[in-house]
Amino acid sequence: MLRVSKALAVAVLLSAGAAHAQTVTMAMSSAPTSVDPHYHTFNPNETLDLHIFDRLVERDTQSNPIPGLATSWKLLDDTTWEVKLRQDVKFHDGSPFTAADVVYNFDRIPKVVNSPGSFAIYTKTVIAMEVPDPYTIRMKTAAIYPILPVDMSNIFIIPKGLGPNPATEDFNSGKNAIGTGAYRLVSYKNGDRAELERNDAWWGPKPHWQHISIRMIANDGARTAALLAGDVQFIEFVPTADAARLKSDKRVALAEIASQRIIYLWLDHSRTGTPVFITGPNGETLEKNPLNDVRVREALSIAINRPAIVDRVMEGAAYPAGQFVAKGSWGYDPSHDAPVYDVAKAKALLAQAGFPNGFRITLHGPNDRYVNDGKIIQAIGQMWTRIGVQTSVDAITWPNYVGRTNKQEFAAYLLGWGFTEASNPLRSLIYTFSPAKGWGAVNRGRYSNPTFDALVDKAMTTGDDAAREKVVIAATKVAMDDVAVIPLHVQKNIWAMKAGLTYAARADEDTRVMDLRPQ
Amino acid sequence: MTTWLLRRLVQAVFVMLAMTVIVFVGVNVIGDPVEILISPDADQAERLRVIAAFGLDKPLWEQYLHFLGGVVQGDLGKSFVFNEPALRLIGGRFPATMELAFTAVALSVIVGIPLGLYAGLKPDGLLGRAIMAGSILGFSLPTFWVGLMLIMVFAVQLGWLPSTGRGTTAEFLGIQWSFLTRDGLAHMVMPATNLALGNIALVLRLTRAGVRENLGLEYVKFARAKGLSPSRVLFVHVMKNIMIPVVTVIGLEFGSVVAFAVVTESVFAWPGMGKLIIDSINVLDRPVIVAYLMMIVVLFVTINLLVDLMYTVLDPRVRLDGRE
Amino acid sequence: MREETPFRRFVSEFAASKVAVIGFVVVVIVALLALLAPLLAPQNPYDLAQLDIMDGRLAPGAKSLTGMVFWLGTDDQGRDMLSGIMYGLRISLSVGVGSAVIAGVVGSSLGLLAAYVGGWVETAIMRLVDLQLSFPAILVALMILAFLGKGVGNVMLALVIVEWARYARTARGAALVERRREYIEAAECLALPQWRVLFRHLLPNCMPPLIVIGTIQVARAITLEATLSFLGLGVPITEPSLGLLIANGYQYMLSGKYWISFYPGIALLVTIVAINLMGDQLRDVLNPRLQR
Repeated sequence: MLRVSKALAVAVLLSAGAAHAQTVTMAMSSAPTSVDPHYHTFNPNETLDLHIFDRLVERDTQSNPIPGLATSWKLLDDTTWEVKLRQDVKFHDGSPFTAADVVYNFDRIPKVVNSPGSFAIYTKTVIAMEVPDPYTIRMKTAAIYPILPVDMSNIFIIPKGLGPNPATEDFNSGKNAIGTGAYRLVSYKNGDRAELERNDAWWGPKPHWQHISIRMIANDGARTAALLAGDVQFIEFVPTADAARLKSDKRVALAEIASQRIIYLWLDHSRTGTPVFITGPNGETLEKNPLNDVRVREALSIAINRPAIVDRVMEGAAYPAGQFVAKGSWGYDPSHDAPVYDVAKAKALLAQAGFPNGFRITLHGPNDRYVNDGKIIQAIGQMWTRIGVQTSVDAITWPNYVGRTNKQEFAAYLLGWGFTEASNPLRSLIYTFSPAKGWGAVNRGRYSNPTFDALVDKAMTTGDDAAREKVVIAATKVAMDDVAVIPLHVQKNIWAMKAGLTYAARADEDTRVMDLRPQ
Repeated sequence: MTTWLLRRLVQAVFVMLAMTVIVFVGVNVIGDPVEILISPDADQAERLRVIAAFGLDKPLWEQYLHFLGGVVQGDLGKSFVFNEPALRLIGGRFPATMELAFTAVALSVIVGIPLGLYAGLKPDGLLGRAIMAGSILGFSLPTFWVGLMLIMVFAVQLGWLPSTGRGTTAEFLGIQWSFLTRDGLAHMVMPATNLALGNIALVLRLTRAGVRENLGLEYVKFARAKGLSPSRVLFVHVMKNIMIPVVTVIGLEFGSVVAFAVVTESVFAWPGMGKLIIDSINVLDRPVIVAYLMMIVVLFVTINLLVDLMYTVLDPRVRLDGRE
Repeated sequence: MREETPFRRFVSEFAASKVAVIGFVVVVIVALLALLAPLLAPQNPYDLAQLDIMDGRLAPGAKSLTGMVFWLGTDDQGRDMLSGIMYGLRISLSVGVGSAVIAGVVGSSLGLLAAYVGGWVETAIMRLVDLQLSFPAILVALMILAFLGKGVGNVMLALVIVEWARYARTARGAALVERRREYIEAAECLALPQWRVLFRHLLPNCMPPLIVIGTIQVARAITLEATLSFLGLGVPITEPSLGLLIANGYQYMLSGKYWISFYPGIALLVTIVAINLMGDQLRDVLNPRLQR
C-alpha cells in the first residue's frame, strides 16, 4: 500500500514536472488594447497577435522580409506584385487558408469600427487584387511601390469565415480569435493576462512550449522582480538600470541586439523670425531663429558627448548614432558615424554664426515615453550649457507633450522613432510636410529641403533593392550634413530569461515565445 | 428621516451633475487622445478619420449633451482604446480593486484598533510608545517605496510570496475572486498590507486619541465609581464614543483607499481599476476617465450617506433633521 | 517667582516630554538646513553647469573629477546627494507645511462656520465638501497637475484643494458635538458676540481632532507630493524634492545603488517623524479636556 502510493506520488510529481517544463510564463511591458489584429497599430498588440495569427511576410531578427503565409513574392511589372501562398495551411477552426482569405483581410482592414490607429496605412497602396488560382494573388499599386513586402509584414490574416466585419469585442472573448498561428488563444483578460495553447498543426517549426501564459507587468521594477522571484521565466524591455545587475546574476540570462528605435532631437525649423523658447545670452528677445543656421545646429550636435550618455545614462544599453539606422544595417551611410564630441569646435561654430556668447534655450522632452528620456535631456542640458548655450530642461508627461510637438511649440525637443525599413524615417520625419501626399506626416520640426525630397522620391520609385539603397544613403547624407535632426543613440532591445533558456533577440520590438528555447 | 434621505438624494444628483461638467471639461482640456493613439506613420486623412470616429470633431457642448443622453440610458461611452463600453471595462476590473480595498480596510481595523486601545491605555509604557513610533512610520513611508521594499524582501530575497499579479482566482456569484484560493491569498498579502499601512496608523492614532480623551471625562469616572468593571467601561462605554471618529474616518478613507490602489496596483501589477485609470490617463482615454470618476463619485456619495447614518446610530446627540 | 503666563505654561508642559523636545530640535535643525541650503550645500544641484554626468552614480565618499567629495554619493546626473537632499528638504517642507497650513485655515474656518451658522450656509459648504471628497485626493491632484502643469506652486495648490475639505468635515463633526455642550449654551445665553463664541470657545474645543488631522496632513502632503512625483506629475525633474529624489533612485535599488534612494528616504523619515513627535505632544498640551 505504502509502496503503491509512493509510486503514485512519484508519477504525479514526474507528470507535474513534465507539464511544468512545457509551460512558460512571459511578462509583457505594456498591455495590448485588443486581440483583434486589425484594430490598433500598437506594438503590444503585435506581440500578442503574432502568436495567434500569421502574416504573409514575416521578419527575421534583423527585420529582413522572410516567407510567412506567402512563400514568395516578385514584381511582374512596375505596379504589379505576384505573391505565392503557402499551401496546406489551416486556420484554428479547420478551414483552409487560400487567396480568398487575403482578399477578405484587405477588404476588412479599412472597415474596422472605431480603430484608433488603422492598418489601412499598410493596405491603401494596393488598389486592386487578382486571384488567378487559390494560392496566387496579384496586387496592383497605383505607382511603383518597392516596399509593399514590408507593409505586408504588418498585416495579420484572419479567416473569411468570420463574415462581414466581425466585431472587435468578439476577438477579446476568443470567439473570433482564429488564426493560422503557432498558438490558439485559450483566454484573455484585458490588462492582466492571456493564456495560449500550442497549435500542433502549425506549418512552422514546432515551438517548445505547450502552454504560454502571458502576464502584463508595466512597472519596470516589478517586471524584473517577478523574474528574479521566479514568477515569470521571460521578460521583455529589461530596464537599463537592472540590465547590468542581471548580467552578473547566475539565475538569469540576457539576450540583446541593436534595435530600430532611434532617439533624436528635433530643432525648430518652422520659424525664421523670433524663435520660441530661445532668447539671447541675457534673456533679450532675438530677431532671428538661431536654429536656422546649420552652424548652430552642428554646434549643438557636436556639443553632445554621446558615448557619455550611452555609458552613464543608458548604462551601455544603446549605441551612439549619427543617423537613423544602426551601423551594419541596410541603408547605413558610412560618412555619418556618431558625431565626435568637440567642445572647442562647437564654441567656434557658434562664434562664426554670430553667437560668441551663446544664447538661452529650453530643451523639452517627455519623462515617461522612451528609455531614460528625462535623464537624457538633463545630460544634454549640462553639455550645451558648457558651450555657452544656457539650457533649462523641461520634462513633460507624454500625453501633454506629444500634441505640443505637433504644433511646433518647442525650440528643441527629444523624440524617438521606431521603424523596420530604412527609408521610413526619411519619408515620415524629414520629407517636407505634405498632408496631401501623406509624407512628412511627423515632420514636427517642419524641416524642408528640395534636394533631399528629390532623392527620397527617387528612392521610392526604384524597384531594385541595391540601387535603392544607394539613393537612400545619398538622401541620408544630405539630411545629416544639414543636421535636419540631431540623432543621439540607437536603443538596444534587451530580453531576460531564466538561466538555461535562450532567445533569438530581434531588432524589431516583437517578443516571440516561439523563439524561446531550452539551451 | 425620510425627508432627510430624500433631500440628500436630490443633492447627490446635483453633485453628480456638477461633477460631470467639471470632469468633462477637465478631460477635454488636457492633451489630445488622437495624437497618442494614432499610428506614428498615419497621414492627415487617417488623423481626420480617427477624430471623427471619436466624435471629437463636434463642439464640446454637443459632445457633452451626447454624453448626458447616453448616461440617461446607462451608457457612459465606449473606450477610445479598447472599443468596449467604458462601464464594462471598469466593471471587469471592479472586483479586483474592491477585494484589495476591503482587505486593506479590514486589516487596518483588525490591527489598528487593538493596538490603538493598548497604546491609549498604556501611553507611557514601552510597548505603547513603540506602537506610536511604529504608527508614525506607517504613514511616513511613501506607498510605492514600501511596495518595492516588500517585493525586494519577501519575493526576491526570501522567496516567501509571489511578487506581482493576482494569482489563481475562483468563481463566486459569477465573479472571479482571489481570496478563495491559497494562491490568490498569497498574491494578496503584500498589496493589501501595502495599501493598509497608512490606514492602520490612522485608525490606531484615532483610537488612542479617543481612549485618552474619554478616560479623563466625567462619565468614565462616574461609571467607575458606580463599580462597573474596567473592561466593561472600556469596551462598552468608551468604545462607543471612540467609534464615532473611527467610523467617520474609515468611511471617508475607503474611497481614498480605492484611489490609492492606483499606486499599489501599479507596483504589484494588480489588475484592478486603479491601474486601468492610470493607463487611461496616460493615453487620454476620455470615456474611461469620465466613467471611472463618475463611479467614484457615486461610491463617495453613498459612503457619505452611510457615514452620516452611522453617526445617528452611534451618537444620538447628533440629529439629522431639523434643529430645535 | 515669575508670573505664569499661558505661554509659559504651554512651554513647560510641552517640555515635559523629552521625545517631543528632541522632535522639536530636529525640526528646527531640518528647517535651518532647508532655509540655509544655498549657503551650506557644497553644490547648487539645480545648476546644470555644476553637474557632470561623468560623476553620475558615484558611491558615498567618492571624489568628483574636480576633487570635490560626495559624502552621500551622487545620482544619475552627477548631482551631489547631500546638496540634493538639502535643497530637496526646502521644497518638501515648503510644499508640506505650506499646503497643510493653508488648507487647515481655510478648511476649519468653513467647517466651524457650517456647524455654527447652520441652514443654507451649512448645506452649501457641506455639499462643496462632499463634492470635493467625491474625488480621491490622488486623482484630483493628478487631474489638477495634468491641467496646470508641473511646478512647486501648482503642487501646493493641488494639495490645498485636495485637503481643505477634510479639515472642514472634521471641524464640523467636532463642532456639532461641542455645540450641544453646556459651555456653548452658556456662552450663547450670555449673549456673547457670535465670532467670539465661534473662535474663543468653539474653536479651542475642536482643536484636538484638527491637530491630529493637521499633523497627519503635513506628512500626507509630503508623501502625496512624492507619489505625484513617482507618477511623473510632481515637481520638475531639474528641481527635485525629497520625494522625487526617492523616485529617481528607486529604479537603482535593484541594481545595488541604494544611496540614491536611501538617504533622501532617511531625510524624509527623520523630518516627518520629528514633525509628528512634536505634533503629538502639542495635541496633549493643547487639549483642554486633558488639562482638567
